[in-house]
Amino acid sequence: MAIVFEKTKGLTEKPFHYCPGCTHGIIHRLVAEVLEELGVLGDTIGVAPVGCAVFAYDYFNVDMHEAAHGRAPAVATGIKRVHPDKVVFTYQGDGDLASIGAGEIVHAAHRGEKITTIFVNNAIYGMTGGQMAPTTLVGQKATTAPYGRDEAHTGKPIRISEMLATIDGAKFVERVSVHDPANIRKAKKAIRSAFEVQLSGKGFSIVEVLSTCPTNWGLTPVEALNWLKENMIPYYPLGNFRKPEEVE
Amino acid sequence: MSKVLMKGNEAVGAAAIKAGCRYFFGYPITPQNEIPEFMARELPKVGGVFLQAESEIAAINMVYGAAGSGARVMTSSSSPGIALKQEGISYIAGAELPCVIVNMVRGGPGLGGIQPSQSDYFQATRGGGNGDYRHIVYAPASVQEAVDLVMEAFEVADYYRNPVIILGDGMIGQMMEPVEFKEPKKRDLPPKDWATTGTKGQRKPNVINSLYIDPKLLEDHNLRLEAKYAKMKENEVRYEEYNLEDAEVVIVAYGTTSRVAKNAIAKCAEEGIKVGLIRPITLWPFPDVAFDKISDKTKAVLTVEMSTGQMIDDVKIAVNGRKPVYFYGRTGGMVPTPNAIVEEIKKIIGGDK
Repeated sequence: MAIVFEKTKGLTEKPFHYCPGCTHGIIHRLVAEVLEELGVLGDTIGVAPVGCAVFAYDYFNVDMHEAAHGRAPAVATGIKRVHPDKVVFTYQGDGDLASIGAGEIVHAAHRGEKITTIFVNNAIYGMTGGQMAPTTLVGQKATTAPYGRDEAHTGKPIRISEMLATIDGAKFVERVSVHDPANIRKAKKAIRSAFEVQLSGKGFSIVEVLSTCPTNWGLTPVEALNWLKENMIPYYPLGNFRKPEEVE
Repeated sequence: MSKVLMKGNEAVGAAAIKAGCRYFFGYPITPQNEIPEFMARELPKVGGVFLQAESEIAAINMVYGAAGSGARVMTSSSSPGIALKQEGISYIAGAELPCVIVNMVRGGPGLGGIQPSQSDYFQATRGGGNGDYRHIVYAPASVQEAVDLVMEAFEVADYYRNPVIILGDGMIGQMMEPVEFKEPKKRDLPPKDWATTGTKGQRKPNVINSLYIDPKLLEDHNLRLEAKYAKMKENEVRYEEYNLEDAEVVIVAYGTTSRVAKNAIAKCAEEGIKVGLIRPITLWPFPDVAFDKISDKTKAVLTVEMSTGQMIDDVKIAVNGRKPVYFYGRTGGMVPTPNAIVEEIKKIIGGDK
């Protein structure tokens, strides 16, 4: 019988701890599949964040570092400078990357650090229980914004991809979503392009993946997918913001 | 090899490269800038990498990444910058990675000043970061000793898989002295088979981590670390003792202050006052054992520091009530004079002889 789908070798046998309906699992799989398809699993070193993906080092079947909150791009820099021939990636959430780690990601991009960042944006702090993130939408409720995010009080959500796209060292910047199968396929293509940019030695690459948090949004998994589509995508438009000419 | 005249900071950089350090991540701060400047100039010549990070926090996390990747790596800073590095130092200790961190101490608190100080003793020896962890702290008293200890520090760091601190001060960093680069004693070091180098599909993934969500596993980890620290206490204590046998007063001082103390001891000797010295070279582990050598003839112990009194806590623990312990210090970047120390000694023994 022909095998039409099998689990990627890029993931370990450890069951995910993620909540039902959370899209971290899909994003993990896409990254692992791309690394396997590029034939670089044995030459990859990943960096896990602090946040919901803190245990990513248990799931990716590659050498891994666990970083302090927000510091993954700095840790990845240290790794890549020692092992310039290895594939080095960070996997970070929006609290980690867009808030406490804003400095590290900007400067890694600015240096044109030859690493790839998978930036999972679900507009909330998941692991700590639903606090407001810099990416939380105006009006969106969070445990530390119980009346909804008020622009006059905490500003508007930060658009990381647009910001990083202004930096010359960032050679590939794309925002994707995983709320339906068509977008999942596009997300995988972007992740592949990002790693290919790293392999070509051109510079920094990042894929921002819009993701759901049904638990902390207080929605069912299906409602959460719809909420992402209807509320996040209008504010966080999908598409490529920067790529080398030869990447289609 | 013949001696060369070198500034302390540059000698520290040269010693690191001689010891096989090939990666340096730092951020500018006075009075240690000659270290990153030296590394920026010299590391590329030996195939190494110098990288100026965007902050001390980023620099220490780059060290974490490089150390976990199996490299000999160093960072340096001065007091407020070392405060920022504490997050990373705690992670490095927790993940059991080797690296060398140099602190050319300046006055504090806060932005403080840029003159030499010893007011980071607590930060260095008590663990400025979170959690149950320890690291060896070497306190050189000369440029030559700084060179020797930096070279040794890389061996010690690899041997224990632990960060090692070199606690200098602005004086050690800025002064010029003749130095000789001797081969450090090589330790029997196991291969770094724990490092992240890519699995090549040949082994299970290596993970560099300090997270143990299960409290029992974290306790086991803490106890394993504690056993390692006990070995450091057993094997790595270093100190210099000077004129202890018939001293009326024993001074305890480290680094720059110990040199001033030696001048004070010579002045006392001219006046017939016998004064000894215990100079801790490792501030952690503290040389408690040295204090067992204080003789019955000794009336008191005088701790001299460039701070308002930090090491004195360890001195009191080591003396354990056997003698009265006095303190004399200058702080904020002021350096004690030999005469001021002589005056303190005379006060302690009850006036001029």
